[in-house]
Amino acid sequence: MGMTMGEKILARASGKEFVKPGEIITAKVDLCMSNDGTTHLNIDIFEKQLKAEKVFDPKKVIFIVDHNVPSESAKTAQVHKKMRIFAQKHEIPFYEGTGVCHQIMIEDFVVPGQLVIAADSHTCSYGGLGAFGTGVGCTDFTSVMNTGEIWLMVPETLKFEIEGSFKAGVYARDLILKIIGDIGANGANYRIMEFGGPAVKNFTVDDRVVLCNMAVEAGAKTGLVEADQIAIDYVKTRGRHDMNLYTSDEDAVYENTYQYSLDELEPMIAIPHCVDDVVGVTQIGEVKIDQGFIGSCNNGRIEELRAAAQILQGKKIDPYVKLLISPASKAVYLEALAEGLIDIFVESGAMVLNPNCSVCWGSCQGVIGEGETLISTGTRNFKGRAGHPNSSVYLASAATVAASALTGKITDPRGFVV
Amino acid sequence: MINVITGKVWKFGNDVDTDQIIPSQYLLLPNVEEMKQYTFEPLDENFASTVCPGDIIVGGENFGSGSSREQAPLVLKALGVSAVVAKSFARIFFRNAINIGLPVVICKEVYDAVEQKDTLEIDVLKGTIKNVTKDQNFTSTKLPAHVMNILEAGGLIGFLNKK
Repeated sequence: MGMTMGEKILARASGKEFVKPGEIITAKVDLCMSNDGTTHLNIDIFEKQLKAEKVFDPKKVIFIVDHNVPSESAKTAQVHKKMRIFAQKHEIPFYEGTGVCHQIMIEDFVVPGQLVIAADSHTCSYGGLGAFGTGVGCTDFTSVMNTGEIWLMVPETLKFEIEGSFKAGVYARDLILKIIGDIGANGANYRIMEFGGPAVKNFTVDDRVVLCNMAVEAGAKTGLVEADQIAIDYVKTRGRHDMNLYTSDEDAVYENTYQYSLDELEPMIAIPHCVDDVVGVTQIGEVKIDQGFIGSCNNGRIEELRAAAQILQGKKIDPYVKLLISPASKAVYLEALAEGLIDIFVESGAMVLNPNCSVCWGSCQGVIGEGETLISTGTRNFKGRAGHPNSSVYLASAATVAASALTGKITDPRGFVV
Repeated sequence: MINVITGKVWKFGNDVDTDQIIPSQYLLLPNVEEMKQYTFEPLDENFASTVCPGDIIVGGENFGSGSSREQAPLVLKALGVSAVVAKSFARIFFRNAINIGLPVVICKEVYDAVEQKDTLEIDVLKGTIKNVTKDQNFTSTKLPAHVMNILEAGGLIGFLNKK
């Protein structure tokens, strides 16, 4: 019996020849990362409960301030200060205000074949580079930060075979919303979502990350795409050369296999308040919006910004709608500046924000009020996610958000792209 | 050793996500004591002021979905919630709860048979749940031995410190 690529990564990390679903392993962690959403608690556990003195490897523990940055209150500033002091003391990499944590990890740290544990649910994003990333809470993270090890149950794997090619105005974002709508918010609970097939072989790393990032919204432990030359080139151009390439065996066992064709896919919308309540844009009817948001670890990279800019170029957004755009990292921001995308956004009336979790996190920037409606490229549309408990969040692609900001209502972007 | 848990039920629906248990805007408060007054604010703003120590949360499918915030099980524990019973749990919430020593119990059948304020008696070790109010008995899924060892140590820190 063969293994899936996810099983192979876990076997390697636990020093075994073979692992199978259901088995509990103790694995060595290649990297671990924590952000300002929980690190203040991690530090308390590390110092007061574990009474630990050292992190397991200062090169493999990364702290990133990205959730409430710049700080909006004195209490938050104190939390950031606590992180900064700890990072300095333990001489670990520290980032503040330079991007969403997962984008920084993908740009600067992750390589194919790694096992990465981070105190954030969207750690599954690293599957875009063929790495096994999974999110944990404070206690697990703190234990990893101290010992470099974690116990994990080997999950079953679900295979998603994608073929065909996107029509103009349809993106990887629409595909993952469609998949989550089909299998449900716990349709992949405890499982690996492995994305493959001829279409995915041609996907850029950005698009692969879009798919893997939202695996957790279907309950998955991680999302994975086999690392190929596209992934290898991505990390090598960023100066990283040591990696492990894993492919799933032909006789690997999958719990289930799903087939998708991109040829028929239309822009998709997740409607409030569940990520799996998904409809095609043509079925959405008239939905007025108060705000649009383009950004987040799911959809704030250069390709999404280009798609939005193509629609906004030379046009003005609706005067009663706000459009907030936060590039996912400093590198993405600089690229957008060099390509003239930021000019297009500002000219259109959009507000361009510093790279951070921003509106997707619903706590720091662009919080919406009672009865307001947001259309967002963020990761979640839970009740109250973007502000007031009685507000609404629709999830869509950057192109759909841009088109909607122009008209003031949820709009099919296909009428705006060539 | 985990004793038999007895408490009154607070019943919630399917897909109770961690943003409902503790919204984002309270996560960076300095500690859990300051956060706990906002528990379940979007669903029931009186929850934190009326929940009693020992009470039990009962949820449907996919309880604790969404973010990895350990603050979610932490605020429940800080308010004295003694256990969470659900048809299914999202994996990170489940792990976090075990890691802080908050019993999480998987049972498909009890949800539809239980009402708000019923009294449940949960034996985590045996894998049984009794609805004392309605005199009904249910079976819950037993935890793997490794996971049970962590829970019995009061959480992962206790488990690691014992090793």
